[in-house]
Amino acid sequence: MYTEKMLESMAKVAANREANAAMEPRRMTAEEKEKLLATYHPDYIESQFATLSVGPNKGEKVPLELRALLEANSRVKDMEIDLEKPFYDVDVLVIGGGGAGSSAAIEAHEKGANVMIVTKLRIGDANTMMAEGGIQAADKPNDSPAIHYVDALGGGHFANKPELLYRLVTEAPEAILWLNKLGVEFDKMPDGTMVTTHGGGTSRKRMHAAKDYSGAEIMRTLRDEVLNRGIPVVDFTAAIELILDEEGKAAGAVLQNMETGEILVARAKTVILATGGCGRLHYQGFPTSNHYGATADGLILGYRAGAKLLYQDTLQYHPTGAAFPEQIFGALVTEKVRSLGAMLINVDGTPFMHPLETRDVSAASIIRECKERGKGVPTPQGEGIWLDTPMIEMKGGEGTIEKRIPAMMRMFGKYGIDIRKEPIVIYPTLHYQNGGLEIAADNETGVPGLYVAGEAVGGIHGRNRLMGNSLLDIIVFGRSAGKNAADRAKDVKLGKLTLRHVESFAKEMEEAGIKSDIVSPKLLPDYARKA
Amino acid sequence: MEKTVNIFLYGKKYAVPENLTIMGAMEYAGYQLVRGCGCRNGFCGACATIYRIKGDRELKVCLACQTKVEENMYIATLPFFPLVKAVYDIEKVSPTEQIMMQLYPEIYSCIGCNACTKACTQSLNVMQYIAYAQRGEYEKCAEESFDCVMCGVCSSRCPAGISHPQVAMLARRLNGKYLAPGCGHLEDRVKEIRDGTFRELMESLMQKPLEELKELYNNREIEK
Repeated sequence: MYTEKMLESMAKVAANREANAAMEPRRMTAEEKEKLLATYHPDYIESQFATLSVGPNKGEKVPLELRALLEANSRVKDMEIDLEKPFYDVDVLVIGGGGAGSSAAIEAHEKGANVMIVTKLRIGDANTMMAEGGIQAADKPNDSPAIHYVDALGGGHFANKPELLYRLVTEAPEAILWLNKLGVEFDKMPDGTMVTTHGGGTSRKRMHAAKDYSGAEIMRTLRDEVLNRGIPVVDFTAAIELILDEEGKAAGAVLQNMETGEILVARAKTVILATGGCGRLHYQGFPTSNHYGATADGLILGYRAGAKLLYQDTLQYHPTGAAFPEQIFGALVTEKVRSLGAMLINVDGTPFMHPLETRDVSAASIIRECKERGKGVPTPQGEGIWLDTPMIEMKGGEGTIEKRIPAMMRMFGKYGIDIRKEPIVIYPTLHYQNGGLEIAADNETGVPGLYVAGEAVGGIHGRNRLMGNSLLDIIVFGRSAGKNAADRAKDVKLGKLTLRHVESFAKEMEEAGIKSDIVSPKLLPDYARKA
Repeated sequence: MEKTVNIFLYGKKYAVPENLTIMGAMEYAGYQLVRGCGCRNGFCGACATIYRIKGDRELKVCLACQTKVEENMYIATLPFFPLVKAVYDIEKVSPTEQIMMQLYPEIYSCIGCNACTKACTQSLNVMQYIAYAQRGEYEKCAEESFDCVMCGVCSSRCPAGISHPQVAMLARRLNGKYLAPGCGHLEDRVKEIRDGTFRELMESLMQKPLEELKELYNNREIEK
């Protein structure tokens, strides 16, 4: 299955393994990192971005693929929709059934609100389910929220919104405790001490995990709790436009059944967007580690309703996407593989960087090693870099891989690769939307009654997120979105429902001379081959 | 020209490149998937699939996103299976044998046919974890079932009508909440934060000028 060249290189990796394992490559200086990013990180390729001509972020830079959707036609255009007879009428409408949406729904329900989840696939079809490596929280004696704050701030290039980051780090231990009390399992020592590791850019070992099914374990537990509480989950139903009332408050959404096409109106006193990320837009042609529905829908809905975007021009390319075999091209290889000791090795069998630099730096460094230095490992699909997994067993003892990263072992095992014995080939994959809709510390956007949680939020992580801070943010900000939206719903008096904002947005586009032949939100990628 | 194989989607024949996964092959054939497709990485269980190779008696199961096509593969997807999900209050249950008897009594009708284990898309020992659940050994049940993606194929093959993934879900929550050891350092830290122990430190940190924050970051000590 491997090519001859790959086998040749693999032999060099094996020959150098013991010597490589004994060394720790130095970390880059701030200046080196800056220069590396500016030269090799995809966010810095000017031709891949365009300027918005309409909406709240007019004049700002966005990826080409996102602009095409932001400045596109509404799906409700030319539809006759009777907003006066809503099919659903609730206090809190949660759009999205991932970790943030589910946490929000649970907390809104806890507050006594009549809450409903609507999701275009199933509850749990979300990036949360696929998060493997873990969740950060500064709960060890040698750690503190302040250290966590500095790690995330530096990793985010000091662009994180302080009030959001403050909440992320100070509410992190509480989030872990909440999950644990819901029955989420964490890797612990016999005395209950959490087994924690490093992630790229952390200065303390604060990565909590449930093997390498951390997100799946959290997601399935939250889903179970949503179902136990009897919270209605309307699945295979997409929100295709937000509805405002005549005063401009969020007032619900136009929904569409993904299978029958039926249109239904949901009225709500408050709305929470928890629609997740954008990997399936394949920015710059990158493969993605994201789930099938990651098409940035919430950004489109929110933007048309007048909510502002923040850091919409910054994406995270996970340094280690699978580059071989082709059946799993782009799939996530968890950072935990490096946390456990695997190093990044070039075609000559030589380590070329510290394996735990932040994700943006690691991705750029891998791209440089392949593109500039010509030290990539050639594969049938292109090239990549070795991630020397057998080193994990060498450092942690036999059985470490099966115990700590069983999903990785299974994923490669299905294609005849035993990661305990053979290294794997990786290359950066589109992984995370660093930016999103801007919120205040209480999760609310500039549109009254419109809350956002999870990956659809921009600002928590600045311009680059650290491993383990995303599972954390969906819980911290998911919960608070649910609480705050439920509290607000108690006092809201809705006026007449309207879609006028959609018409005005279209008019603004027309005035700016923009004509589009596509409709958005995208809802699903189009992978069907056309004859 | 890449080599192709013949596959049969719901009985209809298509020639597709041999390197594709079943999911990729369906899309190659022209299907725009809505159901039966989720994370596309083997974690969500949306794409449970049953297949038989022509001439072979054995019925096989897999996740469509994790399995390569083969010549003469007859494929049917199982995008939904009606599992029984018992509703309970996690705060009010306790990790005793009685709770399984109460919520999932059908597990005691297991006839030991092992069809569930043979059907597991994750190669788990399903019948074994059900046996642990029957005996109230929830820690073992949780460990044995941990990699379950809840695709439901096991249940589709069960003559006793057991909803194995839901039984395991309950066992894991009972284990996570009640049986696994509590975490002292976590509870201590939560209390410290509630008591405002870090408030002053955090506030002074947040007021620092950018240059000072950069200094702090670039020179911070990194735990070995």
